[in-house]
Amino acid sequence: MTSPLLELKQISVSFEGFLALRDLDLVLNQGDLRAVIGPNGAGKTTFLDVITGKVLPTSGDVIFKEKSLLGQKEFRIARKGIGRKFQSPRIFENLSVQENLALSVSRPKTPFSLLINSLKVKHLDQIQHLMSIVNLQSKANIRAGALSHGQKQWLEIAMLVGQDPDLLLVDEPVAGLTDEETDLTADLLKSLAGDHTVLVIDHDMEFIRRLDCPVSVLHQGHVLKEGSMSDIQKDPLVIEVYLGKSEEEEE
Amino acid sequence: MSIFSTKKSWINLTIWVLIIAFIIAAPSLLPVFRLNLLGRYLSLAIVALGVDLIWGFTGMLSLGQGIFFALGGYCAAMFLQLNSAGEFPNGIPEFFGLYGVEKLPFFWEPFKSSIFTLISIWLLPAIIAGLLGYLVFRNRIKGVYFSILTQAALLVFFNFFNGQQKLINGTNGLKTDVTQLFGQMVGSEIMQRWFFWISAVLVILAWFFARWIVRDRFGNVLIGIRDDEARVRFTGYNPVIFKTIIFSIAGGLAGISGALYTVQSGIVSPQFMTVPFSIEMVIWVAVGGRGTLLGAILGAVLINYAKSLVSEALPASWMFIQGGLFILVVTALPEGVLGWIRKDGPKKLLFLIGINKKLETYPSLEVNEQGEVKS
Repeated sequence: MTSPLLELKQISVSFEGFLALRDLDLVLNQGDLRAVIGPNGAGKTTFLDVITGKVLPTSGDVIFKEKSLLGQKEFRIARKGIGRKFQSPRIFENLSVQENLALSVSRPKTPFSLLINSLKVKHLDQIQHLMSIVNLQSKANIRAGALSHGQKQWLEIAMLVGQDPDLLLVDEPVAGLTDEETDLTADLLKSLAGDHTVLVIDHDMEFIRRLDCPVSVLHQGHVLKEGSMSDIQKDPLVIEVYLGKSEEEEE
Repeated sequence: MSIFSTKKSWINLTIWVLIIAFIIAAPSLLPVFRLNLLGRYLSLAIVALGVDLIWGFTGMLSLGQGIFFALGGYCAAMFLQLNSAGEFPNGIPEFFGLYGVEKLPFFWEPFKSSIFTLISIWLLPAIIAGLLGYLVFRNRIKGVYFSILTQAALLVFFNFFNGQQKLINGTNGLKTDVTQLFGQMVGSEIMQRWFFWISAVLVILAWFFARWIVRDRFGNVLIGIRDDEARVRFTGYNPVIFKTIIFSIAGGLAGISGALYTVQSGIVSPQFMTVPFSIEMVIWVAVGGRGTLLGAILGAVLINYAKSLVSEALPASWMFIQGGLFILVVTALPEGVLGWIRKDGPKKLLFLIGINKKLETYPSLEVNEQGEVKS
């Protein structure tokens, strides 16, 4: 039995008394695809902040590849193999598509190496490959800031993959995308799972359904329920807090 | 992109040809007084390049570059003073006599060596900038807080140097024009011609060096830090190291600049560490064009030349003109003059006053004389 890739143990985060996360447990195995949903303020983003080292949990532990990540700097966690896509697309707008990807695939990521060595052929090939995955070859030399919203989202996903992480944390990848783009993104993420472990956070139910993977429902900083999408949708508790506004129309 | 970059390199090439032609012609065209002024302004262009690296590319607005500029100047001046101190009592520079100092302060000793001096001119400011920078960046101090902190550091250095009569002649500074180098007076015409040439060559070398730094991925990380530092971190880079390195490089450039400026102006004093002077450095870069390198050189040389011409004709009006220039740039040309030229500013201006006709298509398509797309 191999040990899980990522394990969150009893994570609590308190912001000046407000509990953003409360005894959160989560286990991801190598190659998993997992979706996390939850209403606004459920702690979805905080939970990614904890994994990537942006927020130090008040208690609990994050185990990645059998080692604790607590107290490590963000760039070290990134180098260990955890890539993160932000909620709104965050790319380097003043660099071209190709330059954005070059920064993501470069290795080692030390100042000296960037200054002295030119990009290796294998990395150039990787950039071409990444651009072909997300359909941006024709935009290679365009300033990334000039891309459409959907293309920016994809560029960021490509940058994420370029880091070659074991774990991809994807925060709302389809916000603001057209239906067609949403479907393509879902297929892209599904194809990435297997080689990588992918954790997706989103609101969009159609998109989550299309991912066709186990879902964790977060509510008030706690995992309310885990299971397949159809199980989740039948669960009365989940309906009450999230899918809401059913028969009773309470809110 | 390819069209853009070739156009950009054409503009650069044209400006470079003009600069180099002017530099070569200047010694025979200009009287030595003007030549000396030009040499000083060329040396100021080196500190401006450093400001462009840290502000234009990395987004850190330092208001304390005067510290490193003055340190370079003091290193050069200490060497020159010692080099010509033989005839004075105790064999130490003359000013020490005024304060009854009989023994050379310890930190002057290594400056008897010309090699040590040549290294310390850039290395000492670079080390101090690196240390200061590391402490600041490690604590994630940025933006306005960084600017305020650098300005505060500048004031600390200014007050310290001002008060140390017995160590470095305090507020009077160290004179260099009456000192000796290679058997010549530093202030003499022949030496000043040499310093002009050295400044001109070093500006060009400094430009190549800065260009080399920002040309590829290192420069892209700097731009990334300017635009979205958190993203840089999550991509696996440590911004602290990059910022420390670039701040240290800018400090080193400021030191070289300060040393050249000192030997051409004849004195180094705590006046180099006043607040307005460090802010002026930022204005040169803003007017010339942030993040363009060449714009920093043009800004430093042209603004200073304009300053000396205006001050001769209409004393006291320069401050208004400089302020007006800054406001104009911030409001009308946020990317500076060079950034404006590169982004087709002149063409747009011609449309505006109706001289040029607008193209009826995208500029990337080939058009005939009537502005229609060639088929």
